[in-house]
Amino acid sequence: MAAFQDTFYRCFIEDNRWRYLTRGLGNTLLITFFALLIGVALGVVVAIVRTSWDKNRDDMRPGLGRSLLGLANGVCKIYLTVIRGTPVVVQLLLGVFVILVALGSDVVIACIVFGINSGAYVAEIIRSGIMSIDNGQFEAGRSLGFNYIQTMRYIIIPQAFKNVLPALANEFIVLLKETSVAGYAGVIDLTKGGEIIRGRTFEAFMPLIAVAAIYLVMVVFFTWLVGKLERRLRNSER
Amino acid sequence: MSGKNEILIQVRDLQKHFGSGSIHALDGVSADIRRGEVVVVIGPSGSGKSTFLRCLNLLERPSSGSITFGGVDITDPRVNIDIHRQKMGMVFQHFNLFPHMTILENMTLAPIKLLRKSREEAESKARALLERVGLGDRADAYPSQLSGGQKQRIAIVRALCMEPEVMLFDEPTSALDPEMVGEVLEVMKDLAHDGMTMVVVTHEMGFAREVGSRVVFMDGGVIVEENTPAELFASPRSDRLKTFLAKVL
Repeated sequence: MAAFQDTFYRCFIEDNRWRYLTRGLGNTLLITFFALLIGVALGVVVAIVRTSWDKNRDDMRPGLGRSLLGLANGVCKIYLTVIRGTPVVVQLLLGVFVILVALGSDVVIACIVFGINSGAYVAEIIRSGIMSIDNGQFEAGRSLGFNYIQTMRYIIIPQAFKNVLPALANEFIVLLKETSVAGYAGVIDLTKGGEIIRGRTFEAFMPLIAVAAIYLVMVVFFTWLVGKLERRLRNSER
Repeated sequence: MSGKNEILIQVRDLQKHFGSGSIHALDGVSADIRRGEVVVVIGPSGSGKSTFLRCLNLLERPSSGSITFGGVDITDPRVNIDIHRQKMGMVFQHFNLFPHMTILENMTLAPIKLLRKSREEAESKARALLERVGLGDRADAYPSQLSGGQKQRIAIVRALCMEPEVMLFDEPTSALDPEMVGEVLEVMKDLAHDGMTMVVVTHEMGFAREVGSRVVFMDGGVIVEENTPAELFASPRSDRLKTFLAKVL
């Protein structure tokens, strides 16, 4: 028991080492939050480009608009393939040491890399949401005189978003855990905070268990929240 | 311009091919729809009657032929079809109400966004129309809380909120339980008596007979026969129509 207390003291109390964990947790949440914002913004755009192309390619007249949309669709496809086809750690290292070097701050780079990464997955989630909306909704919008973009904005996207909210919330939970590799980029996130304590104290068990416990508590909490959200959505008018 | 006999929609040699040209859903259809007329389109399933109707507001793009609406050839790619669709109300078999909006929001969305009406103006018009179809108390309900017949009546008045010049009905009662068909037909009859130009694809022969100014019988992607309802039902000329009527009447 005394040994346990001693280890605990050295890991968390001595030199205020617990601060590595709280500071790391702050960065973890910060990166997750901004990555999600970037990811959703990017995902919505990519999803709209992809579905618009699939829906309109046969009806559009040849011209600048069609060429541009086709080009944008191609770019989106490459983006999805590259991001989903390479490990996030490699993307992060590329971001830090090659592509985004000029940005300096590691936390900012991490936000951007995880945001771009998450965007690819969010895009597919939202795309599935858009595809799940009955085509009759689309026709009803168009028959009232709304153009394609207005129909998407007022009628399709709000319904699609509501349908995929649980899936998006899950993406947030996945993202929260995925940011644990941010340490590769020199960011002191929760995991890296635990690692620093391990380096200082030569104690592996307690700091890493503490890190795991904190992740677990957060994930359980957010999962509970998602479940609540799902029930709320199921009960609402539909 | 708005004389009773003015041709509102003129269709010439309309063709629609699906599946890279192998299936001819429409094989040369020509028709005139005059202002104030109720044209009822009947025919066996697969006859092309729904495709014909959906071509009128270009939900289906015709492969060839022309559709002139109010003097403008809307099949011309340079025409902004959205403007013309605002004047062509459409009612679908499956209602297609927007499930994420209340009835009132369903009805006022297009007038507010497209006709730039104020919310008050759009809502008072919507409420008046709801009263007219006996659903004045359901303004704040969601579509999922309504019966099929109520949904279809809402779909009709939602289209009316745009003050269209013509109403297109695509089998409006086919998805309804039998006891709800009457209430929807009643609303459509009212509309016809008010002088609305209507094109109705339906299997309701009673409605065709009672309300139609003209009945068009389609089969195999062409108009086989058209006449006043009295003539068409009493003395069909073609064998195809005779066979069809024998089955449905």
